[in-house]
Amino acid sequence: MSRIDDYRAVAGPGAVDFILKLAERVKARRFLHVTGGRLGGGVAETLRAVVPLLSELGIDARWEITGGDSAYYATARALQAALEGVERVLSEEGLARWADMNRRNGKKLDLDADLTLVHDSQPASLVSVRTTGRWVWRCHFDCSPAQAGTWSLFRQFADQYDAAVFALPGFEGRLGIPMYVIPPSIDPLSERNRDLPAREVTEILAGLGVARDKPLLVQIGPFARAHDPLGVVNAYRLVEKHHDVRLVLVGTADDEPERLELLSQLREVAHDDPDVVVLELPAEAHRQINALQRAATIVLQKSVRGGFDLGPAEAMWKGKPVVGGSTGGLAQQIIPNVTGYTVYSVEGAAFRIRHLLNNPELIPRMGAAGREHVRRSFLITRELLDDLALAVHLPR
Amino acid sequence: MRTAAHPFRFAGCVELRQTLDVHALDERELMHRLAEVPTDSIFFHTFGYFLRHRPFTTAYGNDFARWAALEIGDRALAERLAVVDPFAFPALDALREHLVTILQDHLRGREAEGRVEFDRAFHFQRSHMVDVPLGLTAATLVEFRAGLATVDESAIYLHTVETRARERRAEPFAGWLRDALDLPELAERFDRIDPYLTTLERVRGRLLGFVDEALEKGRG
Repeated sequence: MSRIDDYRAVAGPGAVDFILKLAERVKARRFLHVTGGRLGGGVAETLRAVVPLLSELGIDARWEITGGDSAYYATARALQAALEGVERVLSEEGLARWADMNRRNGKKLDLDADLTLVHDSQPASLVSVRTTGRWVWRCHFDCSPAQAGTWSLFRQFADQYDAAVFALPGFEGRLGIPMYVIPPSIDPLSERNRDLPAREVTEILAGLGVARDKPLLVQIGPFARAHDPLGVVNAYRLVEKHHDVRLVLVGTADDEPERLELLSQLREVAHDDPDVVVLELPAEAHRQINALQRAATIVLQKSVRGGFDLGPAEAMWKGKPVVGGSTGGLAQQIIPNVTGYTVYSVEGAAFRIRHLLNNPELIPRMGAAGREHVRRSFLITRELLDDLALAVHLPR
Repeated sequence: MRTAAHPFRFAGCVELRQTLDVHALDERELMHRLAEVPTDSIFFHTFGYFLRHRPFTTAYGNDFARWAALEIGDRALAERLAVVDPFAFPALDALREHLVTILQDHLRGREAEGRVEFDRAFHFQRSHMVDVPLGLTAATLVEFRAGLATVDESAIYLHTVETRARERRAEPFAGWLRDALDLPELAERFDRIDPYLTTLERVRGRLLGFVDEALEKGRG
């Protein structure tokens, strides 16, 4: 577990002292984070780092989770999907049971806090049993394309909060409460992002069966259409006519039929082309993903759908230029021509990769600019500052 | 050496951003929304740009010009908006009127053009500045220089840009130099500093240069 002083070496001069000064304004206040679980996902990873750091800053920080029966989880999953814009059938009965289960959660949990931050949709209706302090709904996904009917039902809970926080402007749905913007961040000291000695990178790649005899193009992300791995393969094919490169696609299919089919297509491609490597690795394979990003010559993130995937920030922190889709959070992270390129097509991706390979001096230059960009805008220390500023701003 | 009647208290700031759920998908919509949004939003997208602007980002001067260039691809409009210096206007409403006039003039006689996808829209925001007292004070020009050289760059923004454009609890650098240290010439140089299209670190460097010159001349 990292301590606040450990960030002095990575967060830039004065950043930690600045956090300590701001934290004095909310010292001894009680912060409560509530999520739908403690495992997996970027939110849980961030909270695992943030909650101990808040405690070290003199804030009484706690983290609770909600739970329930299988019907509760099924409704919560369907609700989340519908809020992300996926067509789902949600019965009023199911929603009523979900809300009832959260009320029961509310009776069991200690919700006595000055500031309660409820993350995402599963625990969101807890707000109906609020008693003390300020309540903030922290939405980490893009709910602008939410199903209209579902949003109207969900809004009856969301509007009971004092404020909502979204990852990006434009990710919000219509609400009658103030809506703030706090982009997500990466933890530079986590297993996924900490410095790795070159020897360790070499060992990990050897273990994964990835040879480093030619430049590596690496994309990490679920084998899902939203991340366009087939588009990446087609971009690679346009590149490999001119450059001897190896494409490494890393991700997981999560046992979803559509993703499994995509994975099988990718495996076929890899079977026919030894320079295409498909690795099925869970999102929690932090050390391996860290090593693959560090070994990459260029990192790709050719997503075609929104959201705030932090893959570019992770890669830029490791000094890599990123060629990414021009969607949602990617466009926020990549500064075109400075830290990489945002592209709109397979051809665009191929063009930019070739441009970088033909002008190799750009690769370290963009990598260095990317690392500095992440240091200033996407480290957990910046998110801590934003969280503290929110606590100061919201009156007790 | 002069000692101030009251010490200068350095403070930094954190910008808490608020989305207004107001969006523009084309230039005409940008013009209409610009005319309606609260002045705080005009401030955020113009003056606030100086705080968010990074040394290695291409400088567009404000968020409107950046959007016109990168999302709409209208270079002429981007140029016209980029050159607007927010410090040249006595009030935010005057700045707003000027921006709307530029858009009106640019769009006159033009057919309606394509709209961008929602995730590339212009999203209007405002911000709440949370002051962070840095526990650093100065009673003399030498102490002021030492503080100026080391404070977080958000303090440079707060004591130069924010305090010039909005009423704040924090004191402007120039005001303190003039009133507390009785250094009107140095204060005027601070007042005339142009943070437009540069970085806060460069602004800090120029301010330090002014202070050094004053100290060399035996003032302060």
